[in-house]
Amino acid sequence: MSQSYNRGLIEDFGRWKEFSAGMWAWIFHKFTGWMLIGYLFTHIAVLSSAIAAADGQTMMLAGEQVDAYTGTLQGLESLFIVRVLEVGLLAVAVFHILNGIRLLMVDLGVGLTAQDKSFYASLVLTGVITVASVPTFMAGVGL
Amino acid sequence: MSTQQQEPESQESPQDPEMKGTESPQQRRLKEKEEGMVDEHAEEEAEAAGETVHIKVFRYDPEVADKQEPRFDDFHVPFEKGMTVLDAVMYARDEFDSSLTFRHSCRQAVCGSDAFFVNGSQMLGCKTQLSELEQPVRIEPLPHQEVVKDLVVDMDHFYDQMHAVEPYFQDEDTPAASDLEEQRQSPENREKIKMSSRCIWCGACMSSCNIAAGDNEYLGPAAINKAYKFAMDDRESEEIKEHRLRILEQEHGVWRCQTQFSCTEVCPKDIPLTEHIQELKREAVKKNLKFW
Ligand code: SF4
Ligand code: FES
Repeated sequence: MSQSYNRGLIEDFGRWKEFSAGMWAWIFHKFTGWMLIGYLFTHIAVLSSAIAAADGQTMMLAGEQVDAYTGTLQGLESLFIVRVLEVGLLAVAVFHILNGIRLLMVDLGVGLTAQDKSFYASLVLTGVITVASVPTFMAGVGL
Repeated sequence: MSTQQQEPESQESPQDPEMKGTESPQQRRLKEKEEGMVDEHAEEEAEAAGETVHIKVFRYDPEVADKQEPRFDDFHVPFEKGMTVLDAVMYARDEFDSSLTFRHSCRQAVCGSDAFFVNGSQMLGCKTQLSELEQPVRIEPLPHQEVVKDLVVDMDHFYDQMHAVEPYFQDEDTPAASDLEEQRQSPENREKIKMSSRCIWCGACMSSCNIAAGDNEYLGPAAINKAYKFAMDDRESEEIKEHRLRILEQEHGVWRCQTQFSCTEVCPKDIPLTEHIQELKREAVKKNLKFW
């Protein structure tokens, strides 16, 4: 064979038209997984302000002197964007859990024929839980 | 164009007695196809009206200087009732451009040589009715494989993976030629491996698998299915089964499958590939599980 043409990953994926339930589930699972890992680091960073607080560091919040941990948390919680991100985090976590259960079932060979339905069900359930959580997450936020 | 029209679908109909029991994804897909598409009447009308089908075919020719840059060529093929994608490209080759290159042989979904990427999905040209497709019909070579010319892709890697699982019957206790006897298989066992034995090595599944696209060493759905056929065959000894599982449980074996189900969805022979891969994963776990 003299020569051949390698379309490369990007070009190949660019041609894709038919995304199936299983593939979307896979993409969402990866995506939410990475989001959760990212969140863990943020979480650790915020929690580490407890060390500063234990060292006696304080900060000013709304004219009050509070310890570093309380100040950081209260400061973040007062931001609208943080509340929105929290709702997003819940959605990401719920989907990851539900799809994780779905994958476990697939691995065990249970309900293989309903793999697409269970994916859609995970999506719907995630949506419902997320919407239901909005009032709780948004309570008392200063816009 | 040949007037002979086969009906490849009939072989695979959901009423296939081989496929009793719960509905598989493949059956569902076929049913959807049958319900929603191929409107016989509309086909006849289209034919009578002298309509043409617009196909866009991927072209690449490394040997001709001005054809080395891949492009799409448009052909308008007169529509005939029951026309398949393969019929259309054959017409285009015979009537418009004799340099159009593609593989085909049996024209009845048996040889596995004409898997194309049609309208964004892998399918067998000879098994896909043009009337089921949106126009213009984009016909491309299988993705994730290098293009040799036009619709012809380099299948070497696919065959290598297929051979890597030792796709032949092995039995240490094969009787000596002098006292050869039948090696009987129970009907239940036959039933178990029946679907897996239908593979025609078309490579559609491998081309649809994103994991295989990202990991060149991954055995891929077809090869694992081939291994399943033998690993689950009772006529092979336990040792051979262990040997097969050892091949399959390697890093680039069954564990690479991330249950996207793409292979299962595109397989023209409706083999439940993902299901087979999962079963082999469980076998591999069972083999290695020790409670001490
Ligand atoms: S498993 Fe199906 S899609 Fe894959 S090579 Fe065999 S017949 Fe083709
Ligand atoms: S020509 Fe043989 S499978 Fe299509």
